[in-house]
Amino acid sequence: MAKEQKIQYVTAPKVDDNRKKYCRFKKNGIKYIDYKDANFLLKFINDQGKLLPRRLTGTSLKFQRKVAQAVKRARHIGLLPYVADSLK
Amino acid sequence: MQQYETVIILTPLLSEEVAKETITKFSTFLTENGAEIIHEDNWGLRKLAYPIEKKSTEFFHLTEFKAPGDLISKLELQYKRDERIMRFLTIALDKHALAYNEKKRSGAFNKKPKTEEAAK
Repeated sequence: MAKEQKIQYVTAPKVDDNRKKYCRFKKNGIKYIDYKDANFLLKFINDQGKLLPRRLTGTSLKFQRKVAQAVKRARHIGLLPYVADSLK
Repeated sequence: MQQYETVIILTPLLSEEVAKETITKFSTFLTENGAEIIHEDNWGLRKLAYPIEKKSTEFFHLTEFKAPGDLISKLELQYKRDERIMRFLTIALDKHALAYNEKKRSGAFNKKPKTEEAAK
C-alpha cells in the first residue's frame, strides 16, 4: 500500500516573490511628506507605532529619512502615538 | 525672509471664545513683529493619539507665515509663557514643502476632505 508521503523541508522553502520593491516616493514623484497627514504615515509604521524598516517598505534612503522626520513630528503634535498596542 | 509653519495645541478646557482670542493674540504678535501670515488653518477640537498633560483632546491650530529668522525664538518664548498652549511645533519650509502647501490650498488633493473643510 502506497502511503501518501508528506514532504518535509529541512529549512523553510523560499516563496518566490518576484515583485521588486520600489520607492513609492521616487515612483510617484512625491517630494514632500506631510507630517499632518497621519493616515498616510500609518503605512510606514507597524501596529505598535514603530517605524518600519526600509527593507520592508522599499523606501529609498533619502525618503526614509524624511518619513522618519515626518512621523516624529506627527507624534509630537499628537497625531500619531509614541507607543500603541493595536494601531491597525 | 524664510517661510515657516507653526502648529499650536491648545488645552481643550478653553471655551470657544478664549481659544479664538488666544489664536488672534499670536497672529497679531506675528504681524506686529514683521511677519506676513500666508495661511491659517484651524482643525478645531480633535482627539489626541495619546494623552498630553492628562488631556485626550486638543484645539489644533496651524499658521503659515513668512518671517525673519530671529522672530522664531521670540515666538516660541511667547508660546512657552502661555499656559493655554500644551505643545507647539515650528518648522522651516523648504521649496518642496511650499509647493505641496500651495497645491493643498488650491484643492488638488480631494482625498483629504477633513483638512480641506476645516480650512473653509
